[in-house]
Amino acid sequence: MTKLETPTKKTLGTRLKELVRQQIFIPIAALLILVVFNLIVDPSFFAITLGQNNNGDPVLSGYLITILNNASELVILAIGMTLVTSASGGQDISVGATIAIAGSVILRILCGDQVRPETMQAPIIVAFLVGCVVAMLFGAFNGTLVAYFKIQPMVATLIMFTAGRSIAAWINNNTLPIVNDPVFAYFGNFIPGIPVPTPVFIAIACMIVIALVLKFTTLGLYTQSVGINSHSSRLNGIDPAFVKFLTYVILGLCVAVAALIKVSRISTINYSVIAKDIEMDAILAVALGGNALSGGKFNMAASILGAYVIQFLTTTLYKFNVASDALPAYKAVVVIILVVMSAPVVREKLSKMWKARKEAK
Amino acid sequence: MAPEISVKNGKLSRRAGISDTNLLLTITIVVFFVMYACAVIFLGSGFQKPQAFFNILNDNAALIILSCGMSIVMITGGIDISVGTLTALVCMSCAVHLDYNGGSVITAMLLALGIGVAFGLVQGYLVAYLEIQPFIVSLAGMFFAKGMTTIVNATQFNVEHEAFKALKATRIYVPGMGSINKLGKYVPAYVEPGVVVALLVVIALFILLRWGKLGRNFYAVGGNMHSANMLGINVRRTKFLAHLLCSTLAGIGGFVYFMHVGSGSPSHASGAEMNAIASSIIGGTMLSGGVGNVVGTFFGVLSLSTIKNIVSSLGLDEAWWTNITVAAMICLFLVVQSVVLLRKNQSKQ
Repeated sequence: MTKLETPTKKTLGTRLKELVRQQIFIPIAALLILVVFNLIVDPSFFAITLGQNNNGDPVLSGYLITILNNASELVILAIGMTLVTSASGGQDISVGATIAIAGSVILRILCGDQVRPETMQAPIIVAFLVGCVVAMLFGAFNGTLVAYFKIQPMVATLIMFTAGRSIAAWINNNTLPIVNDPVFAYFGNFIPGIPVPTPVFIAIACMIVIALVLKFTTLGLYTQSVGINSHSSRLNGIDPAFVKFLTYVILGLCVAVAALIKVSRISTINYSVIAKDIEMDAILAVALGGNALSGGKFNMAASILGAYVIQFLTTTLYKFNVASDALPAYKAVVVIILVVMSAPVVREKLSKMWKARKEAK
Repeated sequence: MAPEISVKNGKLSRRAGISDTNLLLTITIVVFFVMYACAVIFLGSGFQKPQAFFNILNDNAALIILSCGMSIVMITGGIDISVGTLTALVCMSCAVHLDYNGGSVITAMLLALGIGVAFGLVQGYLVAYLEIQPFIVSLAGMFFAKGMTTIVNATQFNVEHEAFKALKATRIYVPGMGSINKLGKYVPAYVEPGVVVALLVVIALFILLRWGKLGRNFYAVGGNMHSANMLGINVRRTKFLAHLLCSTLAGIGGFVYFMHVGSGSPSHASGAEMNAIASSIIGGTMLSGGVGNVVGTFFGVLSLSTIKNIVSSLGLDEAWWTNITVAAMICLFLVVQSVVLLRKNQSKQ
């Protein structure tokens, strides 16, 4: 028996080691820590209740639903951001500002010239498609600067970061249009009769689309090869500039979807506040997923999980009555702990210490 | 204008081998002087007085210091986006220290410096020795400073400390410069003490980067980390010192900002990190590392605020025009830089 036990133990140990080495382990571990912490402090965190909203429709409520709901935009952005990071080795810091632009365009199409029209001036799908085109154009602008003018991504997107919210205000002549139609609010809230918030479905749809795209097209392969070595990809017949350009356009599409959810949540827009600091959270999601911010290989699932971890953390902090202004300080501490724990240097040192201790025994 | 400069410098580069740093620096300085000259000629009144120029300095003394620190980190190939909120934290801490805790101006200065050094030590250690990406580290630093500011005090208030108010009202008159006001009285031009600090910082850093061993190490590490390592440069220590220097300068810049506004508020200096990055870029520092100059950064800050003043004196007062113009300017500079460098590299080959 003992002879049999030792090999199984070893395989279990090596399996554990393999698991720890995997990239997705970082966000999973972070999520587990947060879950365990909440379980110990207050198990009611995980309670989900079926209630009714003002219109008498059934809705699910609870912290978990809040997390899933509020993380939707972040997840959608993280998908695009992962591709951009992988291909260009830099991040797009203009996503918050472009969300403001896309949201402004959507409202402009829906409201026409009026500030508070009785009926919508155009079908939602038209407004959304125009929003997509505009967001993709701005993505293309960023992409052109990065891919063809060879400007560092963070610097190139600094332009839109500076101008974006101003352009958004300019599109609507600095008025705040309000959409009265309840149908428009479905995208950011609940569809009557379905108790799960709509953004969750939109986020899941985006995940399925990107999973299919990565599975059945060469997008993933090309982005990673360009990110790892753009010169050798060129020699292999890939156009690195075009691949980089494409990832920024895809991020533009993600931005448009996130913008639809954002403006639908409140049926209006606030140019200086909408999606504020979301670019930082999106980049953090990519980093928490263990992806190198300097480009190259990526793990989409880890990024998406990273986005949920960030929202989980935010909601946990809100639950402990942390003022929303003071929230960043706590977030920073947690982020530093997570990042230090997952830093390769620290992990190497820890494993060396672990080995030394084992040998000493 | 752009192709003219590039052609001129293209010839220069073949003859004298002008470096990237000097090439971009020349562009920045030329553009600034052309812009200011145009403003003086076409917009007249607002720009002709010497005081108009010194007001740009007065308003941007803190930004100059922050941008210089940013340039140094960027030269080593890193980035620090925590400087803006760090400024707000320094302002708020000093304000609370002076008004509520009965501190003196000297201890407030030490406090500002201490906050800067503390941030620099932690961020530098994380970046240099634990090899975490500087963007993430300073992102966390930015969040931390932002949150801490509201924890220290959540609302804006003006400092009523007597000695500090005296310091804030100090004016240093510039000899030989002045203008005659509407009443026919001669008004000498003045600068605030913060400007002197900023100029001293620029000069000290210029000397450090040009002739100091540490300064040359910054360029070497930013240019190519591996060859710097092979040359026997302690890469980690250099990176650590760059971040330490940047945050310390942010502490000093924070106090200069505090002297200028005289109040503490969580919304102080919001977006200053992006302005600092923009100024560095306009000044010819490249985010990829190894290229840059604090003199350029100095002119970058001046260009940025001159264009803002031009926009507002043109009567385009709607809030969005300033941002859009600044963005357009960054865009122009970036494209010019990238075209110039691409051409230069091609002519080398």
